[in-house]
Amino acid sequence: MDWALLLDKTILIVIIFAVSLGIAAYSTYGERKIAAFLQDRVGPDRAGPFGLLQPIADGVKMFTKEEIIPNASDKFLFIVGPCIFMMTALMTSAIIPWGKSFNFGGHEFGLQVADLNVGLLYLFAVISIGGYGIMIGGWASNNKFALLGALRAASQMISYELAMGMSIVALLLINNSLSLREIVDGQAGDGNVWNVVRQPIGFLIFLICAFAECNRAPFDLPESESELIGGYHTEFSSMKLGLFLFAEYINMFISSAIIASLYFGGYHFPGIDSLDLPQNIAAIVSIAVLFAKILFFIFFFMWVRWTLPRFRYDQLMNLGWKILIPLSIVNVLVTGAWITFFK
Amino acid sequence: MSLYLFLTLAILTIISALAVVFSKNPMYSVLWLIVCFFTIAGHYVLLNAQFLAIVHLIVYAGAIMVLFLFVVMLLNLNADTEPHKSNLSKIASAIAAGLFFVVLIASMRATELGEFNLPNKTNIGFVEEVGKKLFTDFLLPFEISSVLFLSAMIGSVLLAKKEKK
Repeated sequence: MDWALLLDKTILIVIIFAVSLGIAAYSTYGERKIAAFLQDRVGPDRAGPFGLLQPIADGVKMFTKEEIIPNASDKFLFIVGPCIFMMTALMTSAIIPWGKSFNFGGHEFGLQVADLNVGLLYLFAVISIGGYGIMIGGWASNNKFALLGALRAASQMISYELAMGMSIVALLLINNSLSLREIVDGQAGDGNVWNVVRQPIGFLIFLICAFAECNRAPFDLPESESELIGGYHTEFSSMKLGLFLFAEYINMFISSAIIASLYFGGYHFPGIDSLDLPQNIAAIVSIAVLFAKILFFIFFFMWVRWTLPRFRYDQLMNLGWKILIPLSIVNVLVTGAWITFFK
Repeated sequence: MSLYLFLTLAILTIISALAVVFSKNPMYSVLWLIVCFFTIAGHYVLLNAQFLAIVHLIVYAGAIMVLFLFVVMLLNLNADTEPHKSNLSKIASAIAAGLFFVVLIASMRATELGEFNLPNKTNIGFVEEVGKKLFTDFLLPFEISSVLFLSAMIGSVLLAKKEKK
């Protein structure tokens, strides 16, 4: 066992964990500010300057609310549900390359927890397990609205995973690798462009599926409050509700990071190599570039939420099965033909 | 190190597999089965077959068990709706299980345990290797199984459509 490696990875995991939680907390603030901006309101402005302490106030509120576990619920699974949801939300960040490596006096400090050679498949495995958190939580509540929300979430996730997988297949054909770092590096350097240019339709499909997998509007049917009260988290209160809501923002952050890495060059930007920066400064710049892209996509998630109305359930299923899946299969075929005949 | 990992995983696998059978609530059975799949995926990783491990998780834990959970959630499972089993079937199942146990013991006695050395650095379970094998040595079985899947898909769509009318 290499202790230096173990220490490196532990430090990195703790940092990523803290950053994920911090970004998720301030996403809730950002969400309300952007909603206010789009609806011509002021938004939260009471706690601290510009309302910047609002996430902390929300956190204190969540923790101090009364903890209610319904009598007729399955008490063990009722607690396990939100825990699984939160855990899977945090697990995906392990494969994302956050930037170029640092060099502290000859000691390389890489910014990726695990460079799996099956990285993208790991991503899919974790996403598909994330659905269990909602399903278990919804079922254990012993409430018909929660159960309906859970079933909706599960079927929505299964349906959109297929199209998402097919859009990734086309990406793999171009990049020849399942490792996220190799995909990111394949988009930089001479003659290489971002994957969004090479795979515009694949990107569109992936983006739509990412919205559906995160249960974000316009696909937030599992919790659609106008028909299902609160959907799968109807019975949850206090910090267990907080975990569900918080994990949604972490999911959004991680999906933004993955979209940025897969289709928008990750921590690269055109001309980063011609600047000829010292290694540590280049690493900082690359992190900043990645986070700029991530923040843009988080903003995009919110922008869409406050612009588009919610889909009807049959519309959601039609879009998934009858439009996105055939489209993604055609995309794979076209990509394959292009590689066979023009490369 | 890998021996201890193997032992831990093996014990967890057996415990979770037993829990599937002994759970009173079918919901818990399904959840224990998912735990069991995770531990089996762990075994694949120990054998350096990362691709198989991940695909195992995606297909079994991620897709098939979601459908299982789906069905179990929709069933109305109470003690009073449970079908009452007659004594005859209980006796028959006990005899069958006993006979199977005897066969198992007999066959285990006759088996000789061979030496098995795990090759330390093989890439046999990696995506590239699996893909090459599938598209060269095992092309025909691979294609035939895809036809099987296609027919199963069409069949299930047909069944679902028939019920509507």
